[in-house]
Amino acid sequence: MKPAAFNYAKPSSVEEVLGLLSEYGDEATILAGGQSLIPTMNMRLSAPALVIDINGLDNLNGISDEGDRLRIGALTRHVEIENSELIASHAPLITLAMPSIAHPAIRNRGTFGGSVAMADPAAELPACLCALDGEIEITGQNGVRKVVAKDFFKELYETDAGDGEILTAIEIPKISAGYRSAFDELARRHGDYAMCGIAAHAKVDRDVLSDLRLAFFAVGGTPVIATQAMSAMEGKSVDDESIFAAQSALEDDLEPFDDLHCSATLRMHYAKELTKRMLTTLSARN
Amino acid sequence: MPDTKSMIKDHVLDRPNSYIGRSVPRPNAKRLLAGRGTFTDDVKLPRLTHVAFLRSTYAHAEIVSIDVSEAKESEGVVAVVTGPEMAEVCSPWVGVLTHLEGLKSAPQHALAVKKASWQGEPVVAVVANTRAQAEDAIELIDIEWKELPVVADMETALDPETPLIHPELGDNLAWQRDLDAGDVDTAFANADHVIEETYISNRHTGVCLETRGIVADYNPGEDQLTIYHSTQAPHMMQSLFAKHLNIEEHKVRVICKDVGGSYGIKVHSYPDEYATVALAYMLKRPVKFIADRLESFTSDIHARDHRVKTKVAVSNEGEIQAFEIDDLTGIGPYSVYPRTSGIEANQVVNLTGGQYTNPNYRARAQVVLQNKSPMCQYRAVGHPILTLITEGMVDDAARKIGMDPLEIRRKNLVPDDAYPTTAPSGLPFENLSHHASLYKLVEMMDYDGLRKDQAEAREQGIYRGIGLATFIEVTNPGPAFYGVGGAPISAQDGATMRLDAKGNVIVEIGVTEQGQGAEAVVAQCAATALGVSMDKIKVIAGDTDITPYGGGTWGSRAAGIGGEAAVQAGKALRQNIVEVAGIMLQCDPSTLDIRENNVVDLADGNERMALAEVGRVCYYRPDTLPKDYQSELVVTRHYVPKQFPFAFTNGVQGCYLEVDTNTGFITFKKYVVVEDCGTVINPLLVDEQVRGGVIQGLGGALYEECLYSDEGQFLNGTMADYLVPMAAEMPDVEVGHVESPTLDSELGAKGAGEAGTGGAPAVVMNALNDALEPLGGKVTIQPFTPERILQAIGKI
Ligand SMILES: Cc1cc2nc3c(=O)[nH]c(=O)nc-3n(C[C@H](O)[C@H](O)[C@H](O)COP(=O)(O)OP(=O)(O)OC[C@H]3O[C@@H](n4cnc5c(N)ncnc54)[C@H](O)[C@@H]3O)c2cc1C
Repeated sequence: MKPAAFNYAKPSSVEEVLGLLSEYGDEATILAGGQSLIPTMNMRLSAPALVIDINGLDNLNGISDEGDRLRIGALTRHVEIENSELIASHAPLITLAMPSIAHPAIRNRGTFGGSVAMADPAAELPACLCALDGEIEITGQNGVRKVVAKDFFKELYETDAGDGEILTAIEIPKISAGYRSAFDELARRHGDYAMCGIAAHAKVDRDVLSDLRLAFFAVGGTPVIATQAMSAMEGKSVDDESIFAAQSALEDDLEPFDDLHCSATLRMHYAKELTKRMLTTLSARN
Repeated sequence: MPDTKSMIKDHVLDRPNSYIGRSVPRPNAKRLLAGRGTFTDDVKLPRLTHVAFLRSTYAHAEIVSIDVSEAKESEGVVAVVTGPEMAEVCSPWVGVLTHLEGLKSAPQHALAVKKASWQGEPVVAVVANTRAQAEDAIELIDIEWKELPVVADMETALDPETPLIHPELGDNLAWQRDLDAGDVDTAFANADHVIEETYISNRHTGVCLETRGIVADYNPGEDQLTIYHSTQAPHMMQSLFAKHLNIEEHKVRVICKDVGGSYGIKVHSYPDEYATVALAYMLKRPVKFIADRLESFTSDIHARDHRVKTKVAVSNEGEIQAFEIDDLTGIGPYSVYPRTSGIEANQVVNLTGGQYTNPNYRARAQVVLQNKSPMCQYRAVGHPILTLITEGMVDDAARKIGMDPLEIRRKNLVPDDAYPTTAPSGLPFENLSHHASLYKLVEMMDYDGLRKDQAEAREQGIYRGIGLATFIEVTNPGPAFYGVGGAPISAQDGATMRLDAKGNVIVEIGVTEQGQGAEAVVAQCAATALGVSMDKIKVIAGDTDITPYGGGTWGSRAAGIGGEAAVQAGKALRQNIVEVAGIMLQCDPSTLDIRENNVVDLADGNERMALAEVGRVCYYRPDTLPKDYQSELVVTRHYVPKQFPFAFTNGVQGCYLEVDTNTGFITFKKYVVVEDCGTVINPLLVDEQVRGGVIQGLGGALYEECLYSDEGQFLNGTMADYLVPMAAEMPDVEVGHVESPTLDSELGAKGAGEAGTGGAPAVVMNALNDALEPLGGKVTIQPFTPERILQAIGKI
């Protein structure tokens, strides 16, 4: 199918983008990598009056070291993040997740900001940000504000960013000494959106986990931080008993849904299976 | 059969410098790789318009009224045409064939008239200067619908309380076939064991890289329709378009340039394609229709929606004593024209159990109507289902008596020296090699080694399974397939070969290239039979004005039938060339031959004259030849199999896989296919056909499923939701060959295009069930998804 007719603008500054956004309101859409937006336009599921192409905003590109945190420009492509030494050393969870995001051709174009703004419930990066307490930098007419990940993803495809705002960067605290990350997902085919996935992060002392974060994706409308399972594990060593306790707690944490490819029952089963895998991986001696 | 090979003088398989059996690169590969192919969408004509279709969003609904007034005013719109207007130009059709006795269907129109019967049926055509403008205008069309009750579930389609889709037909049963061979009742009554099961193959479809497409142009000056079409059967389409537009056939020219995959999807006639041609005729200017991916899912044919109840009898010693099957299949609201939607079930009835010695066989097939996309023939028609149930039943029997699956097959497969023989259904088999193929497979996959590995893995809680699936395959069909039933489909194909003045050779063929390499195979046959190098040959296919009248490419017939026609044409042209060369050289033509582009002495190969010299004299200086002699450097030869209705082939697949019993995911560890396509003309192309076929079969086995709601709404019509197999999950497929040439042709080649697809679901199911057996699990519903696997072993 062909998209409905639309106007196109390619501004060169964030201010210009904001001007157009305030002029067009919810009739305007930002175009980043286009990997999610263009298919919906072609299927006429969305028909924006104006497409604002932000690919000319060079200052939204790139990864920088900001002391205790990394700053990732919203327009940074998945491929650059996948190959970044900075990310690998200071936010290894993101590096672990990257190969599971679609296919190389899509990662060449798709952007970090686009993924986060899109807030697909099955996307990897929103869950990773929830596990790492990443912050999303949003720029609007009233200036710049930052929102922590767990407050940013509100509902299915809904975020804290308003119509007149643009995501400009994501900030991730650097991994502290003694912490480890782990990531896994189950998808029908490599590169598909997952049936169930998990991003995990914890302080590891021998086989004892503390400050554990388990963030699930593809099990609800937004990434789900499994607080009950996390507290069931807190300060425990990883063994059959604690794994079972964490798995059982997921019944309270998650409310999985049915879709075409996976029933709610299977999702819960997978969440438990992945939890076991993550806890085992985190506690495994190097 | 007499040994025809020794009876044929100058046999093509004895030619010097033969290309037959060599992995010659495809001459057209470079052009395609360079992006210089001409697919239908690449055809751009002056004054071209584009058509888009408003398709029914309901599975079953009456059209109360259609208001197109706003759409007609929309920017760029050239015409808006509804069903009744279309029906004045394009007559309806009924998809039946007389040899499928009792098959019934209702008249089907290019655009729905009065009611729509599946979600996706074309209802209104909008022609505009661009496709986008046509789509814009579609949004302005206002249709008042009255929803009708939907027949979605084939299981209840025949229930008395189920509404009728076409009341004039009297019921929703399109066709039923019953077969009873041997003495089934006695066999079951006396059997040591009887095992019953229900196997389900869910509806899926063939996903072509290039979607369906057609560009039609009508020139009133010469009353000529020219149609560029992505099709497998140009002459069939010529005949159908002529018939339904009421134009003489020779006034319709169908040109088929490059085709980006077809798999049977493009061997049928589609309402939107008739509509496009009719629109060009009405508007007297070119109209292009390119199906987009979304409409492909609801307008391309689907296939393989079968529920089969099976029953097998086996003795304690492992002798299979009876097979009984009850097949139910839902085909959508119409039997597809002109090949019908009865063939798939017919194959299931004809061929189930055909590789085994058991003579007691009963089958019933019921083909029912429903409000879903029409179903019809897709690569390996019926074989994935019949192989699934045959090999499922054989494993059921083996499991019951604790016999190894390999042993029960060795015991019951028809011996290789028993041929020719006849299937319980009465179909004759010329020459099959089940035992030789199985023997080779066992070697290639190291069956005993795998059994050992499997046992060791099980001790560590790892579940691996071995699957075997023998199969028979219909190829090289004669007129028995369609022609006898009244379809305008040529069983015969021809090749015209012409020596040009510079010694180059043009070969025009009736079979068509679909991306599978048919042109390469024909060139190999022609070059070998004539005695020239491949670079001298140019093959032209896919143009009804130019090529010999033929059936095109389907039923694994292009190499076996088109190749043989090329062999015979090459031999005949060689005869004509040495005849004139004999005159020029003043020697007996029977002492001459052609090798490597030269006329040579037959005895020692000494060069006598270049073909270019023959061409020069014949075309430019015929005055130097005797006045009473006329050279003929163009010949045409045809071929159709005559001794047997089909050249059946056979083969066996084996696989070894591991199941993750926590996730239900499977990993292939080994995948081997041994197939027998008779003479292998191009090993590389045959191997790739087998591999591609396997992957397509695995698609159906593991991923692909057309999901519908109870209201007949297609739920997963995008490439994100309809899962096709991708490289990362697919096994490396090792291919081996046994060669039992058909003696029906000199070349001896049978088809290979469908072997991989036909056996794949069965071999995966058997391997899975072998792996799951210790856990008490068994899967019977295809696709075998992780969810179904986990359910089978009680994990969820
Ligand atoms: C076949 C396929 C498979 C995929 N599989 C996965 C997968 O497994 N996991 C996964 O996470 N993703 C997957 N994706 C999506 C891919 O990662 C996308 O690139 C990503 O979701 C969106 O990024 P984009 O830059 O392409 O955004 P676009 O498509 O350009 O935009 C997406 C949405 O975000 C908005 N937007 C973009 N940038 C900004 C910004 N800076 N500020 C405000 N709003 C903005 C746009 O307006 C639009 O609504 C897949 C995509 C495809 C086509």
